[in-house]
Amino acid sequence: MSQPLPVSGANVQVNLVGLTKNDYRGMPSTLCQGCGHNSIASQIIAALYEMSILPETVVKFSGIGCSSKSPTYFLNRSFGFNGLHGRMPSVATGALFADTTLRGLGVSGDGDTASIGMGQFKHAMRRNVNMVYIVENNGVYGLTKGQFSATAEVGLTLKKQGTNPYMPVDICMEALASNATFVARSFAGDPKQLKELLKAAINHRGIAVLDIISPCVTFNNQENAYHSYTWGKDHEAPLHDITFIPAREEITVEDFEEGTVREVTMHDGSIVLLKKLEHDYDPTDRWQAMRVLEEAQRNNWLLTGLIYIETGRPTLTDLYNLVDKPLNRLTEAELRPAPETIDRVNAMMF
Amino acid sequence: MSQRIVNDFSITVGTVNGSGSSTANTTILRALFKMGIPVSGKNLFPSNIQGLPTWYTIRLSKDGFTARRAEQEIVVAMNPASFARDQASVSPGGVLFYDEGIRQPITRDDIVAYPMPVKEIVRKDPSIPSNLRDLIANMVYVGVLAQMLGIELDKIYQALSFHFKGKQKPIDMNFNTVKAAAEWAAASLEKKDPYFVEPMDKTNGLIMADGNTAAALGAIYGGVQFAAWYPITPASSLAEALNEYLPMLRKTADGRQTYAVVQAEDELAAIGMAIGAGWAGLRAMTSTSGPGLSLMTEFAGLAYYTEVPVVIWDVQRVGPSTGLPTRTMQGDLTFVNFISHGDTQSIILLPASINECFEFGWRAFDIAERLQTPVFVLSDLDLGMNQWMGEPFRYPDVPMDRGKILWEEDLEKLKGNWGRYLDVDGDGIPWRTVPGNRHPASAYFLRGTGHDEYARYSEEPQVWERMVNRLKKKYETARQYLPLPQIEEHGNRIGIVAYGSSEPAVREARHLLQVEHQLATDFLRLRAIPFHREVGEFIARHEVVYVVDVNRDGQMKQLLSVEYPELAARLRSIACVDGLPPTARWIVDSLIEQEVKHESTIAR
Repeated sequence: MSQPLPVSGANVQVNLVGLTKNDYRGMPSTLCQGCGHNSIASQIIAALYEMSILPETVVKFSGIGCSSKSPTYFLNRSFGFNGLHGRMPSVATGALFADTTLRGLGVSGDGDTASIGMGQFKHAMRRNVNMVYIVENNGVYGLTKGQFSATAEVGLTLKKQGTNPYMPVDICMEALASNATFVARSFAGDPKQLKELLKAAINHRGIAVLDIISPCVTFNNQENAYHSYTWGKDHEAPLHDITFIPAREEITVEDFEEGTVREVTMHDGSIVLLKKLEHDYDPTDRWQAMRVLEEAQRNNWLLTGLIYIETGRPTLTDLYNLVDKPLNRLTEAELRPAPETIDRVNAMMF
Repeated sequence: MSQRIVNDFSITVGTVNGSGSSTANTTILRALFKMGIPVSGKNLFPSNIQGLPTWYTIRLSKDGFTARRAEQEIVVAMNPASFARDQASVSPGGVLFYDEGIRQPITRDDIVAYPMPVKEIVRKDPSIPSNLRDLIANMVYVGVLAQMLGIELDKIYQALSFHFKGKQKPIDMNFNTVKAAAEWAAASLEKKDPYFVEPMDKTNGLIMADGNTAAALGAIYGGVQFAAWYPITPASSLAEALNEYLPMLRKTADGRQTYAVVQAEDELAAIGMAIGAGWAGLRAMTSTSGPGLSLMTEFAGLAYYTEVPVVIWDVQRVGPSTGLPTRTMQGDLTFVNFISHGDTQSIILLPASINECFEFGWRAFDIAERLQTPVFVLSDLDLGMNQWMGEPFRYPDVPMDRGKILWEEDLEKLKGNWGRYLDVDGDGIPWRTVPGNRHPASAYFLRGTGHDEYARYSEEPQVWERMVNRLKKKYETARQYLPLPQIEEHGNRIGIVAYGSSEPAVREARHLLQVEHQLATDFLRLRAIPFHREVGEFIARHEVVYVVDVNRDGQMKQLLSVEYPELAARLRSIACVDGLPPTARWIVDSLIEQEVKHESTIAR
């Protein structure tokens, strides 16, 4: 069981579980050159490799769209379920009951989540399903050639589509309103921050929503568009400088000046270290999270960072008092009531 | 008084929905059952919480027939709003018991009418709190019926005791009213009608249950591990029965669960969760009715194409649209058979009794995991929500079949060489792994898009063709795992084919055809789709085969005609839907009418 694949060559670097970065890779990407989704896939690979998480303990989920194709491009050694448009959350909800030691890693898009999948998205939040829920958010439908999505900003003008007349959906605001326990926003053009946020999200117990602005280089990357590389680079407003420190590593807070960092301790003792930038920001304060999202919306900032975190709430499967053994390994003797029980049941049928 | 009529009539009670009459009605049903008299009880209720008229009809049949009858010899009228209609519904020579507080005229002189001073009897008992008087009032007709028909009071006590789970206070309060009403009737009413009940011994060793409870219990004995559902009439009580009985039967000694039941946000999510769980190696199910199933179609196609085991109970009601949500129909047959876009073929089980609901409850998981495909179990409101007599549930007689599943040690032996959709055994059924398997070669990426034998994305024309043809082969293989049809055959000219909850009506109809028309018939009851070879052979051996469908279009006849085009000319349809459970009389009349019509055509 769980034998790592043999490592070839003497100088190949391995992580704590003896795997190389290659063991975390997927198939070659078939998305456009420069697509934000590809850099997100790279950071997922890097984060999991660096965290020394066995790929067999991760299960990938996705819906339909460019974003939902991307789980093919990382973690070949993880199971994956590429299901229906907008229905990733329900599949993940059911599948994660089978073995609660598994960590769900969902990748969706703005169409898949904020339009057709809005209902399931919000219900996965309120159930606190134990998974990372990444939204690769680019404001358009790529696979169907560039129609506006529900996260496109009002007034956005695209050559073939005209001008978007509707107000956008704010994924983080929706997640927060639905009682998500981890809400963050990042930008595919900021890989350093993205990787740290991914690590914190992966380590979180419960639902971790990562709204990642991920430019569509083919249909929506003009300079003035909210979801473009240029606009993002110019307007990104990070809440803090984030570092994820796994439980096993020693923290060297003395590197930081006193009063310049905030620490959030996660369920396993890992720490999210938040270095203050312009303002102090407390991501455990839901009121403040709501306010900062509202401010960002009004002022047109691309607000990034860990917006909200709550570490104590039980996950969905925690609520069920399940046996320790994974449900999908239970035997007939553990699943079928004993023969003598049938008389008791029949006695109740009247 | 004319000749005594014993244990062979129907009682219908008309009340106001939400007035608490169901306790009274099931008490009568259970008391009769305890007296050894074959009974069946059907709730004919509106889609409403409180206020609309509702009826409960009990049939007593010394000969053991349990189908609904249209005739109502005894009617109890408790609802002013339906009083005129209830009076009109009494069979000639029948009996009307009515709440004298209704104050509407008795207009028929061909029936016996007994007034009941409901309010007075309840008011006389000072121990009944005023807020419970309306509920307890229903016990007045229980007591009056008991006295006038001969229902044994100790059996009523047993029924109440069961209903209130031994809680003495409500048992006493209700039973005292029953007794007071019976005493009033003994002192005040003179028996003028010929209807009597008498103890028999025909229910010894039998149980009584509704199909939804039976299905849930079957699923529990089938090791159900995950159920997701969304409330819908008439399927809700199936999932609720899971919630009721799972804690009793499936918790470990230290109180831990080997199962999870999730109430989803809609049917899309319910089946999505069940498919996720089925994919991950759990015995997973969902239960719904037509409108919910309509929402589930896209997922059903995904599970068919990606080969995920999942069990879907469809407790059918009247459609299309919202239709008649509280009435019964065999309406989803063709829909389920062809469910989803593209080429699909469904595995369908057709239970006809509470015993088959129980059996298919566990067997459906074996079939789904063996075939790695959705299994649809088509029950209906009549079977699912009404009380039926039956043999005691039988413990599964075969070990669980978990199908072709590879764990770490299996993959070790194969040195990791396997393909998720490879047909290595030639039966169209591939091998699968499930998440949690820690072997580095265990994982695959399930996709609803085109894929090859190794689950890799493919748009190659020959790959698509190869994959869907293998699915077709699997569908052929499926037959050997499905319950055979039940056949009663004696070389008669006419055959009858039926399925599901119309079985009691068909059984009685065949009896009536024999007795009234000297017409002997053979019978085949379908229990699964795809059809077994025996079905075509049965049709081929008969000059004429009547197919009984509780739907407008004769959906089973349509499917049989497609399957056996060369035999289609022998098939005739007996099909109708009005929301009520079918009666034997309807089947007899339809069959005879068609026989006469065809004979005259031949004569001409």
